[in-house]
Amino acid sequence: MTAGQIRPIANSVRSGAARAVDVLNGYLARIDAREAEINAFNLVLHDEARERAEVIDAEVAAGRDPGVLAGVPIALKDNMCTRGVPTTCSSKILQDWRPPYDATVVQRLAAAGAVIVGKTNLDEFAMGSSTENSAFGPTRNPLDVTRVPGGSSGGSAAAVAAGFAAGSLGSDTGGSIRQPAALCGVVGVKPTYGTVSRLGLVAFASSLDQIGPFTTDVADAALLLEAIAGHDPGDSTSIPKPFPSLEPSLTRGVEGLRIGRITDLPGGADADVQARVDAAFDALAAAGATIVDVTIPAFTYGLTAYYLIAPAEASSNLARYDGVRYGMRVAAADTNAMYSATRSAGFGPEVRRRIMLGTYALSAGYYDAYYGKALKVRRLMAHDFDAAYADVDVVLTPASPSVAFPFGSKTSDPLAMYLCDTYTIPSNLTGHPAMSVPFGTGADGLPVGVQVLAPALGEATMFAVAAELERAAGAAQ
Amino acid sequence: MSAAPWMHEGFEMVVGLEVHVELATATKLFSGSPNRFGDEPNTNIDPVTLGLPGALPVLNRQAVELAMRIGLALGCTVQECVFARKNYFYPDMPKAYQISQYDRPLNVDGRLDLPDGSSVGVERAHLEEDTGKSTHIGGSGRIHGSEGSLIDFNRAGVPLVEIVSRPDISSPDQARLYAAELRAILVAVGASDARMEEGSMRVDANVSVRRPGEPLGTRCEIKNVNSVRSLGRAIDYEARRQVALITAGESIRQETRHWDEADGRTHTLRTKEDADDYRYFPEPDLVPVCPDAAWIDAVRASLPPLPAQRRQQLAEATGQAIDGEAVMTIVERGQDAYVHAVIAAGGAGERAVIHVKEAFAEAGIDPALPAATLASLIAMETGGQLTATQAKTVLADLIAQPNGDPVAIAAERGFEAMASDELEAMVDAAIAADPDAWEKFCAGEGKAMGALVGHVMKASRGQADGKVVTALLQARRPT
Amino acid sequence: MSDRITSEVVAKVARLSRLDLDDAELAAATAQLGDMLDHFADIDALDLSSVEPMTQPFALVNVMRDDVEQPTLDRDEVLLAAPDPVDGRFGVPPILGIEP
Ligand SMILES: [Mg+2]
Ligand SMILES: [Zn+2]
Repeated sequence: MTAGQIRPIANSVRSGAARAVDVLNGYLARIDAREAEINAFNLVLHDEARERAEVIDAEVAAGRDPGVLAGVPIALKDNMCTRGVPTTCSSKILQDWRPPYDATVVQRLAAAGAVIVGKTNLDEFAMGSSTENSAFGPTRNPLDVTRVPGGSSGGSAAAVAAGFAAGSLGSDTGGSIRQPAALCGVVGVKPTYGTVSRLGLVAFASSLDQIGPFTTDVADAALLLEAIAGHDPGDSTSIPKPFPSLEPSLTRGVEGLRIGRITDLPGGADADVQARVDAAFDALAAAGATIVDVTIPAFTYGLTAYYLIAPAEASSNLARYDGVRYGMRVAAADTNAMYSATRSAGFGPEVRRRIMLGTYALSAGYYDAYYGKALKVRRLMAHDFDAAYADVDVVLTPASPSVAFPFGSKTSDPLAMYLCDTYTIPSNLTGHPAMSVPFGTGADGLPVGVQVLAPALGEATMFAVAAELERAAGAAQ
Repeated sequence: MSAAPWMHEGFEMVVGLEVHVELATATKLFSGSPNRFGDEPNTNIDPVTLGLPGALPVLNRQAVELAMRIGLALGCTVQECVFARKNYFYPDMPKAYQISQYDRPLNVDGRLDLPDGSSVGVERAHLEEDTGKSTHIGGSGRIHGSEGSLIDFNRAGVPLVEIVSRPDISSPDQARLYAAELRAILVAVGASDARMEEGSMRVDANVSVRRPGEPLGTRCEIKNVNSVRSLGRAIDYEARRQVALITAGESIRQETRHWDEADGRTHTLRTKEDADDYRYFPEPDLVPVCPDAAWIDAVRASLPPLPAQRRQQLAEATGQAIDGEAVMTIVERGQDAYVHAVIAAGGAGERAVIHVKEAFAEAGIDPALPAATLASLIAMETGGQLTATQAKTVLADLIAQPNGDPVAIAAERGFEAMASDELEAMVDAAIAADPDAWEKFCAGEGKAMGALVGHVMKASRGQADGKVVTALLQARRPT
Repeated sequence: MSDRITSEVVAKVARLSRLDLDDAELAAATAQLGDMLDHFADIDALDLSSVEPMTQPFALVNVMRDDVEQPTLDRDEVLLAAPDPVDGRFGVPPILGIEP
């Protein structure tokens, strides 16, 4: 599925050429047919979505414009708060929790006329790269159900790839949008940190988390991102600037742009993946861009910095799940015992592992050696990219070292799973934008995603390059 | 004159105080729920207060300004600061971390000068959020032996400033002076109502003892001190307890102790064996606060005169001692501006300060009586038309009817001033009636004057002004 | 990063995290954390002495709001999600030995 869906739907619903209810029914029919196999959702909102679609149709009938996403079925990663609707983070500890408020992105989707079709599955608390860490069972890759969809936003990626939604939102802390987008053959964007409000996104690692879109094409990604981006006074780290229109980027081309090739990029990408990235450089050069070699010496240390910083923040962010105010409680004789019983039963193994790793990295006597050092490596990473961006406009890398892998192939070795994030992590550390664009196929005909990285607030250039790659990939077919 | 040094069996005490004060903002430190005491449980709550998943803090500007006022009033350097998470589990701490400040606090390196002439260093005064409140049910009502606890999060997230003194305090009296002076400053700058009984000002004391010249001893932290008076008692008790242990050859265990007002002792709350490991790290959900010079100057310019300066001004205007009870009390009550107004309206300062201190203790800190009226009353008194006792009576009437006229009230009460020739005759009669006393008075025996004044008072049925009589007697004494 | 992490340290970390580990879990966690930390020793080779730590992607400062009341949450709605609501408050079992 490469043709965009969001624009055509919104255009026809706004013009009255199509009814939102009929559009929705088409998506719900695909969900009903295949969700049992894919398990993209923790919750499908059949009734709520229909009611919402009817409201959109009524607005159009009354001569009002419901907005740029009028009638567009959107799936939400189940770590974004939806008022009165369960928000579980695919964790037993939040299994029955219904937030008393909506995330900012949920409010913005509503204001733009979108229809929320359901809450998608994820690695518990967004910790993982395969969606195998969900307390509610793994999501299967719609392109090959014996393989993972990637993670942690595997449900959101699979939902778009399977045609369960025209677009979806995920969150990306170390690659959790870009890697599953690559593995499912869809577009996935991690915007500049501070572009999309985190208010109502259940925190994993606060200084790294960003919400972004999954779509079937680059133009749809631009539209969905524009709808959710922009300053939110409820998020102190939100950038106090209007988000620019990405429309001009879609047709700009890459004439005169300088595309960076990192010569000291850590190895580990499979040959089939590397071949597609090489082809991407060639395609961009053919379209008028210049390929420039750059070095990012700190790139190779990104994994270590990330796997100290993210668990450290997570260990603190997840301490609130204590059985006192909401969520699961396991009864015990005293409060301390209740805490441990609840948290041990409520969290899965990967979450427990990262909480312990993060607690250790912050604890007395180890802070300087681990967390403190990781923060310095983070600074080096930012310096190295700043230096590179003096010479180039964007940088290209693989989004994932491999195509979609079979279930269970990395679950016994946490480190092997962590290596999935090698190429995506640096952008979270720097806060810079990055996106994955499908660019042909690799082993077993499975999709390969090329990652486009840009400097802070460099979304316009990033989308111009992504759009060019999309055109080149389409032309090659 | 500074507070008497505390010494016990050759040991001195070393005390530092940590004062938590709730700021007088309309809303919480990081959310828009009301900062209000005494509401129904769990009504002032929002996602941030409850630590709900996805909630994010946004800093209250007014809390920062009030914290800056405190810092500037204490002579601190106000600096760029960052918030940090202090991680620990406790049911009244909703996120299982407190947002506080750690290695970059807002205010550092200040000093508090005390009325006794001593001064105590202020290490830091930082911003942080308050916790909720636990009520222990069943059992004794205390933590130990309770059946469980109920949590109210109304107080969670209320802005606090924690003011940490240096260990410069060496006696219970000095600790009391510090707490009282700090409280006066907090109230004066409008940062807090600073009520220890209501918990809007909470004082913890770090107490250790040593022989003079020796290095610092192991300290214990004393919590649950609910008044300035108990603070002195608790410190005194704790220091004696430590001296007793050391002289008995035992060692002090570093621990947190709880002051029990009822039995006048401190008790072990918990030991620090399982050392606290709060895993402080910079709060990623908030950005640094960088007060620039313009902001700091504006806050400094808005500060009212502080208690020390006001005491000085009041002492100068009234001729009272700067650390005398009248000056201390009136500044503490915030009635010094009123005294200055009475003086400006022509009232003698020395009488104004006494009347205000005595008559307005219960009438509120802001006397409703026009300053000019009190000034007229004082003029009648100093002019000899009213005795001190009569003036007091008229003032009591005026407090009940602030629009009253002191001349009319004095007339109603029959407080006619005695004609001066009539009084002179009475003085002469008294001398004639008690030549023995007169002789002694002339010889310089002060006590004898009382008898002579007594004769005049009796003859005038209390209408005579004792001070005028004294003056007449003095004038008659041969030089 | 010197010595390999011990099970005593892992046990302390689990305690601080309020996670229960039985003996087998403790042994497994010690081995796993040890392997990870070995891998993370790559940054020991870097000279970071003159590098400032970076805690956030962007250097925003002075983000503040006005001191104005906002709507509060409905207590009943919130307590509906609570494991043990009692008289408008959140019930917990006895609090023992964890005074902050
Ligand atoms: Mg499902
Ligand atoms: Zn404190």
